[in-house]
Formats: sequence, structure tokens, C-alpha cells
Amino acid sequence: MSGRYSALALLRGALGGHRHWGRAWRAAEPDGPYDVVVIGGGGHGLATAYYLASQHGVRKVAVVEKGWIGGGNTGRNTTIVRSNYRQPQLQRLLEHSLKLWEGLSDELNYNVMFSPRGALFLGHSDADMTRLAERGDSLRAMGIDAELLDLAAVRRLVPLLDCSPTARWPVQGGLIQRRGGTARHDAVAWGYARAADRLGVDIIENCEVTGFTRQGDAVTGVETTRGTIAAGKVAICVAGHSGHVAGLAGIRLPIESHTLQAYVTEPVKPMIDTVIMSQSLHCYISQSDKGGIVAGGDPDGFPSYAQRGQPMRLEDAIAQAIALVPALSRLRMVRCWSGVTDMSFDGSPIIGDLPLRNLHLNGGWCYGGFKATPGSGHLYAHHLATGSPHPIAAPFDLARFAVGRTIDEAGVGPMPQHR
Amino acid sequence: MLLIDCPHCGPRAQEEFGYDRTLDSLVRIEDAPDAAMAALYARANPRGEDDEIWRHTFGCRGWMVLRRDRVSHAILSVRPLGPEALP
Ligand SMILES: Cc1cc2nc3c(=O)[nH]c(=O)nc-3n(C[C@H](O)[C@H](O)[C@H](O)COP(=O)(O)OP(=O)(O)OC[C@H]3O[C@@H](n4cnc5c(N)ncnc54)[C@H](O)[C@@H]3O)c2cc1C
Ligand SMILES: [Zn+2]
Repeated sequence: MSGRYSALALLRGALGGHRHWGRAWRAAEPDGPYDVVVIGGGGHGLATAYYLASQHGVRKVAVVEKGWIGGGNTGRNTTIVRSNYRQPQLQRLLEHSLKLWEGLSDELNYNVMFSPRGALFLGHSDADMTRLAERGDSLRAMGIDAELLDLAAVRRLVPLLDCSPTARWPVQGGLIQRRGGTARHDAVAWGYARAADRLGVDIIENCEVTGFTRQGDAVTGVETTRGTIAAGKVAICVAGHSGHVAGLAGIRLPIESHTLQAYVTEPVKPMIDTVIMSQSLHCYISQSDKGGIVAGGDPDGFPSYAQRGQPMRLEDAIAQAIALVPALSRLRMVRCWSGVTDMSFDGSPIIGDLPLRNLHLNGGWCYGGFKATPGSGHLYAHHLATGSPHPIAAPFDLARFAVGRTIDEAGVGPMPQHR
Repeated sequence: MLLIDCPHCGPRAQEEFGYDRTLDSLVRIEDAPDAAMAALYARANPRGEDDEIWRHTFGCRGWMVLRRDRVSHAILSVRPLGPEALP
């Protein structure tokens, strides 16, 4: 089986119009009872199932997905991977994930095209540069790579950046994490799906969870559009739909669902070979391996499950990108899209138990959970298999809100529209 | 984009408005800790209708309650938010 993707197979495919490729995972039917049912076939849910089977020997696992796997935010994000956050709890969490990214293609025997091309924050003012220098110091103290760059170094790295003193947002320097970069979003879902399937995990697509079966205060399974499925544990992993699905169990979360958009231009020759980000503007730009410039901006700023963005926010995002890299104004945009993100009330994820027994949550990843995919799955699987949180995930429990232990990266309080 | 019928100014473009929070998230000074916690952190976040507080920030600066469908984006009603609803 492992020889299925080879140079020879590719050559043979080229002669036959590439029509011979078979399915990479079974189209499983519901076959309960399961030890664990994971709700949501995004990267996080598939990774959770994979690590349950590979690390903990829990083999009777199903992933139920209402559409097709990877069709949610996994397939809609701008694929930036980095661990250079501000808060120590997030630094630990995302560094754990980044280390897994570094070995992921080997681990899954599937090329996820992880490309550590460097993730650069721009500094536009003295205040920005002070902030970035502090951030770099705290990261290095944590053992995470961070390098402060002066203007000349930034200019060398991104020659097309408008570094003139009259620029709309003048650039003074930057902070780079060289181990950061991008990955191929679909491949992450497919790689985890294929590897989990080989370990016996049932991946059940076109199967929406519509309710829970219960015995007292314990959850015993899920009701779905393809019937009732019994489960020892149920693991919610539905990104933007966390509020809706928890609501089916009568649970309210510190989460609001908001829309986030992104866009891509026509493919061009290599022009930006690092990830450019500005946290003062909330603008992020990279070039895909196909050549398209992929970029995004702020969330739309009001609750929505529509997966449909507002033109005014798209315009803002494009204006910012063009101001930073004026050459982008010459390109045509070929697509824009949006995803529903679960904006948590401190901006950090929620990983752990819910008030009902045997019901667990991994959500609240806001607009930044793609980078966490391997780590999130790994830590959630640990929690589900052992019944207690992994030390790295422990600070991210739901109880933190009631006791004032929030992890507020942006320092704005319970106001998702201001993140 | 939304066209919001401000109770004071009439129909205006969404750009002039800002979403603030849901109506059930107002914390009142006399609230017991549990009720205050729920108002701060527990959201119904329905995949359907909810009551939301918006402000005509770049207009009359007045506050209002929108009943909105979060899937179709239809605005079902707009009413001014009076002092009786404020904490
Ligand atoms: C435009 C955009 C840009 C982004 N850019 C970045 C970035 O550059 N870097 C980064 O780190 N993060 C980024 N993110 C965030 C990141 O995409 C998400 O945090 C992450 O993908 C969420 O985890 P997931 O992969 O499991 O979600 P998803 O892929 O959304 O998976 C959840 C799945 O649950 C399914 N589901 C929902 N309800 C049900 C139900 N009732 N029954 C069964 N299945 C259900 C959905 O269909 C979906 O497939 C971005 C997000 C967006 C929208
Ligand atoms: Zn008005």
C-alpha cells in the first residue's frame, strides 16, 4: 500500500489520464458502538482520531463529518504555521504543534508540503519595534526561535515591500520565526485521514450530528442524519460550529461564531518567498506553491454562520496588502471565500471536559487553529484516552473563565468583535 | 452587506455601524455572581436568530437592538435601545 504513490505510479497515471487513482480511505458506514466518536472531520478531528489509534491504541474510533472531510476551515485557511505567540501557555501549545509539523510528512507517509519559509512580523513604529523585541526575548527564553530584523534585513528578505519613508505604513524592521511557514491545507486532512483509516478508524462523511443520546448527566452517543451511533466518549471538534453543537446538548460556551475571509490572486512567478504579517494592521500575505498570492485580514466583526463574507472587509484586507506590497495592485484576484470561526472570549482555544460526562470539547481556535492541527489532535487524544488533560493543554480548560484565569493574547476581554 | 434601518436616521450602510454584543450579555450591577458570569461568558450563539446590540457609530451614535438571522443575514427588526435596557 505504501508504494501506491511512487514516481512509477505517477508515470503510469500520466499515460492513462490519471484515471486509475483509487480512494485513499474507506467510505465507512456507521458501525457503533465506538469507544470514541469524534464530531467534525477537519484537520483537528482527523488528527485526534489518528493519535487516539496510533499513540493510545484506541482503535474503535469514528470521525463523523456533516459534509466532506477538510471542507470546513481546514480547506479555507491561509495555512500560516508558527509558534511565536505572546502568552507562555500559547507558546508552549503551539511550539508543541510546530515540532510535530516538522516531522509530519514522515509520520503520515504523506507529503503535507510543510514549508518553513519563515514567518515575518512587520514593525511600523517605535512602539511596534519595542513590542516585537520584547516578544522575541520572551520567545527565546522559552527556547523558541525569534530574530529581530532591522529595516535593511527586512528589505533584503522582501524586496517588493514598500519600505520608503512615505509608505502608507512605513516599515522600521521586523521579527522573524525562521521555522514558521505554510503547509498544504488539503494534504493535512487527507494525510491524517489516510493514516487513521489504515489504523481502523471509520471516517463517515455526509453524516451530521443532530443531537446527543443521554443517560442522566452522561452522554452515551450521537444522533445523526445516518442514525444513532453509540459511543463511550463523544469529542466535539467542529470549529465554527462549536456553539451550535454544544447547544444541542444544552451547553452554552464563551464562544461566538464569526466569519473570516481570505482571497487568492492569479498565479505568478515567485515574488514573495516568506510569510509577511502585520499585527498592527492584521494583514498576512504569502505565495502558494502554485504561485497565487494568498492573503487575508480581519474577521467580519459580527456573529454569522453564513460562510459568506462582507465586501467591505475584503476591501480593507486588499487595501492593506497593496499598501505593503504595491506590486500586488497589478494582479487579478481569482477567488475569495470565507469560513465560520469560533471566536472564544479570550481568543484562546478550549480543550477539555464539558459539564456532561463523556462529552468533550476542542474548539474556540478563532482565526488561528490551522497551525495547531497536529498539536491540538495530539493533546486532545491524550485527554480522551487517559481521562485527564495533558500538562500543555491543562490551562485551556473551560473552567478558566469562571475563575478569571483567561489567556487573553490580545488583552481585549470578552469582546470577540475587537480581536 | 447589511442595510440597517437606524431608528433615528433611517436605512444606512453597514459600514456606519458596529456590532457590540448580544442583548443577553448585559451585566447588571445587582446581578449575583452566577448571573454576571453567564452574561459575560455563556452564549447561546444560535445557528439562527438572536437579539444583538449594534451602534450607529459613524452616524447618530445611537444604540439599537437588531433581531437578526445569522445564516440568511436577514434583519427581522430594529428597535432603539432605551435606558431601561442598560446596566
Ligand atoms: C479565512 C481563514 C483563514 C485562516 N487562516 C489561518 C492561518 O493562516 N493560520 C492558522 O493557524 N489558522 C488559520 N485559520 C483558522 C483555522 O482554519 C481553524 O482554526 C482550524 O482549521 C479549525 O480546526 P479544524 O481544522 O478542525 O476545522 P474545520 O476544518 O472547520 O473542521 C470542522 C468540521 O466539523 C464539521 N461539522 C460541523 N458541525 C457538524 C455536525 N453537526 N456534525 C458533523 N460534522 C460537523 C464541519 O463540516 C467541518 O468539516 C483561518 C480560518 C479562516 C476561515
Ligand atoms: Zn442613526
